[in-house]
Amino acid sequence: MKKGHEHKNPKKYGMVIDLDKCTGCGACMVACMAENNVPFKKDESNKLDSITWLRVYKLTNNKPYPDTEICYLPRPCMHCEGSHGHSPCVSVCPATATDYSTETGIVSQIYTRCFGCRYCMAACPYHARYFNWWDPVWPTGMEQMLSPNVSPRMRGVVEKCSFCYHRYQLAMEKAYFEEREDLEEDEYQTACTEACPAGAIVFGDLNNKGHAVYKLKSDPRAFRLLERLGTNPKVYYLSSREWVRRQGDNYLEHEETGKARQKVHH
Amino acid sequence: MSTIEENTKDSVDAAVKEPGAPEKESEKIEPGLAQGSIIVSFVIGLAIALIIGWIVFPALLYSEKEQPFDFSHEVHNDLVDGCESCHYFRDDGTFAGVPKLWLCRDCHEEVQGGTADEETFVYEYVWNDREVPWRIYSKQPDCVFFSHAAHVVKAEMDCETCHGPIGESDSLKPYEENVITGYSRDIWGKSISGLNKKHIWESMKMDDCADCHKEAGMESSVQTKKDACFVCHK
Repeated sequence: MKKGHEHKNPKKYGMVIDLDKCTGCGACMVACMAENNVPFKKDESNKLDSITWLRVYKLTNNKPYPDTEICYLPRPCMHCEGSHGHSPCVSVCPATATDYSTETGIVSQIYTRCFGCRYCMAACPYHARYFNWWDPVWPTGMEQMLSPNVSPRMRGVVEKCSFCYHRYQLAMEKAYFEEREDLEEDEYQTACTEACPAGAIVFGDLNNKGHAVYKLKSDPRAFRLLERLGTNPKVYYLSSREWVRRQGDNYLEHEETGKARQKVHH
Repeated sequence: MSTIEENTKDSVDAAVKEPGAPEKESEKIEPGLAQGSIIVSFVIGLAIALIIGWIVFPALLYSEKEQPFDFSHEVHNDLVDGCESCHYFRDDGTFAGVPKLWLCRDCHEEVQGGTADEETFVYEYVWNDREVPWRIYSKQPDCVFFSHAAHVVKAEMDCETCHGPIGESDSLKPYEENVITGYSRDIWGKSISGLNKKHIWESMKMDDCADCHKEAGMESSVQTKKDACFVCHK
């Protein structure tokens, strides 16, 4: 009746964001909101209320002119692997509303399962999770323009970046139809990756040697945010500037950057 | 003031009387008989609750809706080459589901068989260029993603495995809509408890999907050790 489902090569989707290339234009944020039916508020400056699956932060080296430097840092969900899929949010969810897939490495959020306790938001060290304090209110007619591939959220649930998982679902559907098991790199790309005019965001399977992210994650400029917490995030950042890499974690003055990843990773 | 005095008087009287009362009762009724009547009333209560829960409530919960006109799968199945002739895959792997007017029009530009239902279809829909507002029995909630390609092409399952012998049916059954959720009854299934399920097509709940996936060896969820949530959710 059914053919057994064998997955020989578990995928581990991840992202490498080159901060040397990012200009902070915010196209990724716009693309993300449009792609994922993210509701927006009249006053988006109220950060307790606004929802941004992908948020661009502005970093500064805090030095006076002429040494002032800034750096923009886009922050999606890190899709932490933790140790064997025990990412901070997945471990604390009492409703099994968030889950880690060993097949894709993606941390899912099921809105109809979530009952809004917000433990995951407290557990997430990246502030990647957002709570819907209100039902979404779309400008007249806009609800007709929402993407049917992404389920809209309701009041009282938590939401976050899904690495545009619906695109993976559709790509796999096409692959199955064409009797293929695997995807080409360009068949599954997130909306932010496609929108970035600087090409700063690279997305792909971290386990696949043929994908660009596989090499980039081992770049000497690479670092991850708050690596020493052991969250084992799947979003890597590249920066040639030491002060930027130092802001990726809470370093003491005598501590060097780039040590933690080697400890966790190898 | 007077009422309070009366109340206190009553309660004092009651307190005095109370210790004696149960003794008299127990003298009159045998212990076995008292136990029996408790069991009988429990069974009657349970039966009433079950009748309400399993028969009255579902009858109130689902409202029967008629389809725009009747349709015979049997008649069509004899004329075309299998289910895929009308329920086909698009080139991008998505499934077309219930065919749209353009496909029916290939044969039904004019009345063919002469049944009243076909006349309704041709005169009211084809000639007026109106899509038929079919009610979809298997329409899942908004949060569900289902890939026909994954089941039909990858897992090589037959249509009948999940849809049953619908191709042999001569008429459409009434569409039963859950008045609270708006979903079709085919999702939860006729059986409220879901315990005596004999065929896959009897219900299409999340647990039905999860059980089948688990059987097929898909266990990619860290939380549940079943298949990951994001396989069928979106």
